[in-house]
Amino acid sequence: MSRRGAGALALIGLAVILLPFVHVTLPGFFEGPLDSPGTLNLLALCFVFGALALTYDIVFGFTGLLSFGHALYFAAGVYVTAIALARWHWSLPQALALTAVVALLLPLALGAVCLRVHDISFAMVTLAFAEAASILVLQNPFGLTGGEEGLALGSGVLPAALVGVANTAHLYWIAAGLLLATCAIGWWAVNSPPGRVWQAIRENERRVAVLGLNPYAYKLASFVLSGFLAAAAGVAYLLLQGGANPQITTASFTLVLLVMVVLGGVGTLWGAVIGGIVYEYLDFRLLEFSNASVLQNLPPILRVPLSEPLFILGVLFIVLVLFLPEGLGGLLRRAPATVRALPAEKR
Amino acid sequence: MSTIVLLIVTGLGLGALYFLIAAGLSLIWGLMRVLNLAHGAFFTVAGYAGFFAAASLGGSSPWLQWFVGLIAGTLAGGIFAVLTETLLIRPLYRRPVGQVLVTVGLALATLALVEGTFGSDPRQVSLPDWMTATTTILGAAIPNTRFVVLLLAVLVLLGLLFFLRRTRYGLIIRAGVENRAMVSALGIDVGRAFTLVFAIGGMAAGLAGVLGATYFGTIDPSRGTTMLISAFIVVVIGGLGSIGGSALAAVIVGLLQQFLNFYAAAGVGDFAVVLLLAAVLLLRPGGLIGRGSA
Amino acid sequence: MTAVANTNDALLRVDGLRVAIGESQILGGVSFQVRGGGITGLLGRNGVGKTTTLRGILGLVPRTGSVTLAGDELTALPVHAIVRRGVGYVPEDRDVFGGLTVAENLRLAERKDSEHRYALIYELFPELRERAAQRAGTLSGGQQQMVALARALLNASNRILLIDEPTKGLSPLMVKRVADALQRAALVTTILLVEQNLAVARHLVRDVVVLDQGSVVFAGDVATLVDDPALARRYLGLSTALGH
Repeated sequence: MSRRGAGALALIGLAVILLPFVHVTLPGFFEGPLDSPGTLNLLALCFVFGALALTYDIVFGFTGLLSFGHALYFAAGVYVTAIALARWHWSLPQALALTAVVALLLPLALGAVCLRVHDISFAMVTLAFAEAASILVLQNPFGLTGGEEGLALGSGVLPAALVGVANTAHLYWIAAGLLLATCAIGWWAVNSPPGRVWQAIRENERRVAVLGLNPYAYKLASFVLSGFLAAAAGVAYLLLQGGANPQITTASFTLVLLVMVVLGGVGTLWGAVIGGIVYEYLDFRLLEFSNASVLQNLPPILRVPLSEPLFILGVLFIVLVLFLPEGLGGLLRRAPATVRALPAEKR
Repeated sequence: MSTIVLLIVTGLGLGALYFLIAAGLSLIWGLMRVLNLAHGAFFTVAGYAGFFAAASLGGSSPWLQWFVGLIAGTLAGGIFAVLTETLLIRPLYRRPVGQVLVTVGLALATLALVEGTFGSDPRQVSLPDWMTATTTILGAAIPNTRFVVLLLAVLVLLGLLFFLRRTRYGLIIRAGVENRAMVSALGIDVGRAFTLVFAIGGMAAGLAGVLGATYFGTIDPSRGTTMLISAFIVVVIGGLGSIGGSALAAVIVGLLQQFLNFYAAAGVGDFAVVLLLAAVLLLRPGGLIGRGSA
Repeated sequence: MTAVANTNDALLRVDGLRVAIGESQILGGVSFQVRGGGITGLLGRNGVGKTTTLRGILGLVPRTGSVTLAGDELTALPVHAIVRRGVGYVPEDRDVFGGLTVAENLRLAERKDSEHRYALIYELFPELRERAAQRAGTLSGGQQQMVALARALLNASNRILLIDEPTKGLSPLMVKRVADALQRAALVTTILLVEQNLAVARHLVRDVVVLDQGSVVFAGDVATLVDDPALARRYLGLSTALGH
């Protein structure tokens, strides 16, 4: 990384950390001033999604694995921690330890199985397992997951410093820390020798095998790393939301992850982070936008589509895929927008 | 005994719906290698189109309403599918991942639009009296809608088999599922087959949308997604591009789901079926029945 | 490099055909002509790009360069349109549709004027009529080759047939039958034949184009190649000379 790049990053990092002390209002962007709990909460959520999108970029953008079940690991992070805290009344460190173990073993086990097949079959198997998990969660086995209603953490479960509106800044910093750590690990991983093999696998798996490397092992490593980091993001998400909701186990949610990464630009890491942040921000704001008075006055044929955030995002996604495969990241990069559109278009 | 009969008929009825959706998916996937995640959207849109077409005739005979709804839904599904193929899939011919992604966007946008327009709650569908009545077979009271769904699905199955085995385009499609490049090398424009296959798939999904509303008595925006997942399972088990395989697999999946859901616990059947998908993909990517390649 | 005289009756003209797959350059500028009528051989050692040349002519692989058939430029057309202009193809692996019957395989290849070609096909390969209802996937290699050849012959409007190693893996009896069929076919159309079996090729072909490492190293009549064992050995990698 160039010195200027590192310098710019340090500056951004500093700005992010100091944000909760800044009493400035950005009208139009945020409802309250930057140091208000509402804004900090939104930003924290954006960071979490940025981190999550990055983890998906590792497995999809860099290794070329179209997994439709990535949300599963995020959900595992959320639910395992929630269950340990709320149902079994473990302490936070204990719950985190358990989650860490699960976050390693689950992608390892599932990845070992799913990676036996390729391409579309792989996508379908990952989808199948994620669906199975989703069904399982909704069944509320042993009363653990809370089924459709989700699982609230309740009071007295978390350390006081992480609870309450007044402590939103703490959660904000945790989210920022998560994003920073995920970026650092992600960046280190994709630039490491195994990371280069991932990219080679994305381009042409057969050639990697011919070179004497075992693609399966590398793919599994990518799968496990991204799954583990996704679970970490899940833990942060749990802390922010104060509970678990089965919506995050659905296939639609993984698809939303896909949208985030493509939105930001596949295979660039920072593109995914931008995609995640922008997506969550839009999702939040579009919900408010949909209730805005300006919309209410439009004829139904315009009002209805525009009031549905997912509609706008779906259309945006289609437009992106058709005309701007490089995503927003591609727009920002001034490099010639040649080939690196979407990974390994294997036929 | 009557429970078993009811379970069998219910399983077959669901299987019939799965088959209708899976048939199109199987052909599209088999011939074009496109994973059409928007197929559930065809189902949903057609269901609502049929519903509203029927409702617009309010006052006429319920049978006429239902029938008009059936036609409207089937056509809506077909038109939506053809538009999807021409506007979204065809431009992305060289980008298979892009093709999958664009169907994702379409699915998300369509579902949002439908929910925004009609609300996310299920709506009651008005059906002719005979359909809501039951017929007793071996002690089981079976809603007549089941028979309607089964009958139409069987007709579609026969129609598709006839089309594939006896018409030139059917021949082209069968050959194309095996080896698309060679079909081109015989001077045949597979592009037309692509559009045709999407049209067929769309119409079948559209028919399923209206029949689904008939079967469940309600119309529901979220049903398309859940049906789609089951349909994928059916396609994988039955083998890509194999209509007969899809039919057999649909029966298996429908029955398995119903029996397990009843005798084990609610949801176990769905869970088992999803795991069956994973198992088949891992052990026999070519499907249990059809000859298609993964 | 001896060039074929730039005759006016060149039916197929290939100019500067380049094919790259990934980072490897398979064909680095192949240029040759095929005279109308008779059989022209496309020879060379294993892996020099003979199959790729045929596929490049048809557009089955991405390529640059120029391919003209009787003066019409083909390179901008999609595969099926090139075929419709009169280029038949018999691939190396036969590529018959295993799930379809023999009759269906043939029917798929039919075009407007195919009816009267059936007589020729059934004369050359009576088995195709006997086994019409048999699934092509259950045929032997030789029988599949018959189907593949018959498909190409079914189109009377095919002005040139690109045939890739039709005798590969066949019994000596089948090899003879295929060779006879090719000679019969050459009476009604032009053939560009890729063949590794030189004993067969030298009796069938009139002109030869020899490839080595992705470009043409010799183009002339087959007699020149046969009469010069050193040349044959150099270009075709034979340990014994042709002429047996």
